[in-house]
Amino acid sequence: MFFENFIPKGDEEITEVVSGSSGSSIPVNLSRRGFLTTTSAFVVGVTLAGCSQAEEVVIDPTPPTPAGPSPLTEVKGGDATPSLWIEIEADGKVKITCHRSEMGQQAWTSMTQIVADELEADWAKVEVVQALGNPKYGDQNTDGSRSVRYNFHRLRVAGAAMRQMLCQAAANHWGIELADCRAEQGVVSNSVNKKTLTYGQLAEAAGNLQVPAEDQIVLKSRDEWRFIGKEISSLTVEKIVRGEGTFGQDVQREGMVYAVIAHPPRVFAEVQSFDDSQTKQVQGVVRTVKLPDATAPALFKPLGGVAVIAKDTWSAIQGREALVVEWSDGPNKEFNSEPYFDELSAAAKNPGNPQRSKGDAAQAIKDASTKVSAEYRSAFIVHSPMEPPSATAEWNGDELECWACVQDPQTTRRTLSELLQHDIEKIKVNATWLGGAFGRKSKCDFVVEAAILAKEVGTPVKVVWTREDEIQGGYYHAMAVQNFEGGLDADGKALAYQHRTAFPSIGSTFNPAADEPGPFECDLGATDAPFDIPNIQVEAVKAKAGVRIGWLRSVANIHHVFGVQSFAAEMAAAAGKDQKDYLLELIGAPRIVDLSAENSKYGNYGADIEEYPLDADRLANVIRKAADMAKWGRDLPAGHGLGIAVHRSFLSYVALVVEVAVDAEGNLTIVGCWSAVDAGTVVNPKHVKHQIEGGVIFGFSNALYGKISVTEGQVDQANFPDWRLMRMDEAPKAFEVEVIESNAPPAGVGEPGTPPAAPALANAIFAATGKRYRTLPIIGPDDYTLPLNSDNA
Amino acid sequence: MAVTININGKDETIDAAPGTPLLWVLRDHLQMTGTKFGCGVAQCGACTVHLDGEPVRSCSIPHDALDGGKVTTIEGKEGKAAKAIRDAWVNLNVPQCGYCQSGQIMSAVALLEANPKPSDQDIDDAMSGNLCRCATYMSIRRAIKQAAASL
Ligand code: FES
Ligand code: FES
Repeated sequence: MFFENFIPKGDEEITEVVSGSSGSSIPVNLSRRGFLTTTSAFVVGVTLAGCSQAEEVVIDPTPPTPAGPSPLTEVKGGDATPSLWIEIEADGKVKITCHRSEMGQQAWTSMTQIVADELEADWAKVEVVQALGNPKYGDQNTDGSRSVRYNFHRLRVAGAAMRQMLCQAAANHWGIELADCRAEQGVVSNSVNKKTLTYGQLAEAAGNLQVPAEDQIVLKSRDEWRFIGKEISSLTVEKIVRGEGTFGQDVQREGMVYAVIAHPPRVFAEVQSFDDSQTKQVQGVVRTVKLPDATAPALFKPLGGVAVIAKDTWSAIQGREALVVEWSDGPNKEFNSEPYFDELSAAAKNPGNPQRSKGDAAQAIKDASTKVSAEYRSAFIVHSPMEPPSATAEWNGDELECWACVQDPQTTRRTLSELLQHDIEKIKVNATWLGGAFGRKSKCDFVVEAAILAKEVGTPVKVVWTREDEIQGGYYHAMAVQNFEGGLDADGKALAYQHRTAFPSIGSTFNPAADEPGPFECDLGATDAPFDIPNIQVEAVKAKAGVRIGWLRSVANIHHVFGVQSFAAEMAAAAGKDQKDYLLELIGAPRIVDLSAENSKYGNYGADIEEYPLDADRLANVIRKAADMAKWGRDLPAGHGLGIAVHRSFLSYVALVVEVAVDAEGNLTIVGCWSAVDAGTVVNPKHVKHQIEGGVIFGFSNALYGKISVTEGQVDQANFPDWRLMRMDEAPKAFEVEVIESNAPPAGVGEPGTPPAAPALANAIFAATGKRYRTLPIIGPDDYTLPLNSDNA
Repeated sequence: MAVTININGKDETIDAAPGTPLLWVLRDHLQMTGTKFGCGVAQCGACTVHLDGEPVRSCSIPHDALDGGKVTTIEGKEGKAAKAIRDAWVNLNVPQCGYCQSGQIMSAVALLEANPKPSDQDIDDAMSGNLCRCATYMSIRRAIKQAAASL
């Protein structure tokens, strides 16, 4: 989607050399016909549990006519050729390839549910195989909350095609019509002779058949879905509770050494000299290696610095402590985030680059009987997945293999090829499990470090980032200043709305000349404010970057929606109206919001606007639902307040009501949260609920405590708790999520919980205390109470 | 100098630099990677193991200062409370990414072993040292209650 414009691309890999780039665990099928079994035997005799038949059946694997190429290479979403996704073994085991990274969003489970459902697989026999990074899978960039949406159709087609081929193989064997065969949970039965055959028995014969064309494939109807839409248990949980499963930090290779790197304190500061004499005295240290200095643009290049190689991680960390490095100032030494807020604030008082214009907002504000204005500020924040980045690289001759917690193994592979000037066909990238990612692990700088070091050292190297590295070597969510003005008529009805947003752009990481929020960022929460107001103006205001800027769970929606939904509540207060009622009034009558009619080139998350319209009615519906769940309007105890916010992001509609209690000292309790989510067709409601809870609390954590500040180009925070995350005792006391039933196409769920979190919380605090907090974080790392007397309020 | 440590009921001989934290001995020397590294400064709980039945942060305990103590890790933790916690964790699908969960489980098991009927406050007190960036806190609370009810 939008980030792809910025990701360095090599020559598009259109021709596929399957051998050499496929792992042993990936089914390889040069002819792209059906699929291959892992056994060459086609006489399969198995006793079938749950199946009356126990005879030895010989299935002739020879197809009646030679199979042609797959007609399913270009269905909606990409290649749906069954062999790419499904491997069935003679014992009936079904291996399903997941090409998206598993980072807690349950990609393994949801991708598998989709394939297995159409395949009519027996869930107990299903196993997941993690794909290597390879363009044959299509997009593997696991961000933007789009694993399900991109792949829903084609994975259904792949599963259904395979089911049909298994039925065809059975029909051929029995000498009956395909229409008389029926597949159910790993077994094909028929209505003619009442016999059954298992998928394991049919596997090889089916694999030699022609893949049917899409128009010959019958997808199941919704009411026939067995796994899609059901609360299927996670496919990773059994391993996790035993400490099994391999994260990036857990990779072990024979003969491996460990590397910890002294990164530059500022982006693009260079190593002028270093003294490793003390480092070499540290027990376990093997050597040091100077990495290449980084130059602009940042891209996914390593930061540079000096690596300490050791026999274990601890020795490497100790060796780094003992290292003395002289750094150049570099180009970012002048950058200080705190004074920069004031610069951005001044800039946002002047017109910027229009992103959406309707009517004449400036004039209408001047003429309005009530004017409302507010400025919102938000700090840099960093991802802090609980697993800091880590990568292991190994060279065998000129073959490079990497194992790493990466969100996009294809971009990783391409970046390795470009930066190491190495043939991409000689590079393998394995995505391990990701111990959280949130956008950080889209950036593969740490994998490149491992590849460079392994080459230099000559043995496999695991690069371990410590928490300090993660916090200080991030691609930060941008600090932002936003200026809002509104004009209301005498009845409090909104006549005009103006939003100016100023923050360093993600684009600056890829192009140093990018000095203004891009349309792809304004689209996230600013341009798409779904308000039915006669005069609207949204503008992007120039801002420079002093650190690497990246995308972080829900991206610019975080600060934009904090501003937009806080300001909606401020307008309600100015109008003397109920916050929820006023929000519904701002959104207006049920309609499809057409931003193109308001001089906007809205990107709609890369999705077709016809298929995924911005539907005001669905927004209003989740607001009403969440309000009902929270019993909006009820009498509250003293010191309690309810706040609401709504947003459509990643094509899903999420409303959130928060109840807080604040005592006289400013102690804050999040008493309850109620969220209604309309994500269209949902693959796993249980996991959607968990993503919403997690996404909201992630948003609370950042809104209350999350602050990265920069002094002379250097991040001031180093570890927990000066970079602070929400803990159990600070988490909401109750949380209810309702997933709206919908037949609409599937939308994202990993990110949309986050945007409404900060404004719903700020609105609730306002309702409880009368204090309007316009600066994030509200509490910060050092305090435990709301700053009831600060300027922030 | 080699040191002998009892881990999951087995004596292991370790030859690591003096002062090396138990965490890195487990992960790098014994390839027991179930115990996770999250911060290295006793702030996140990802590295939680039991030392003589008590939850401790293995990142902040030198392996050569264990003084004969018995170490139990996620890989070796068994018993009634451990089973109840694991069952509830599976049943409610508590983990998201799972990275913090070894530590969460070790803290939760220690809680139930000491206090089979914890109050909300007890849960907060026992679990607030374990960070979860995926923010599975709601599920963890529900699962501890479910596990306690099953005991
Ligand atoms: S790694 Fe030990 S508490 Fe964080
Ligand atoms: S489950 Fe991901 S950090 Fe806790």
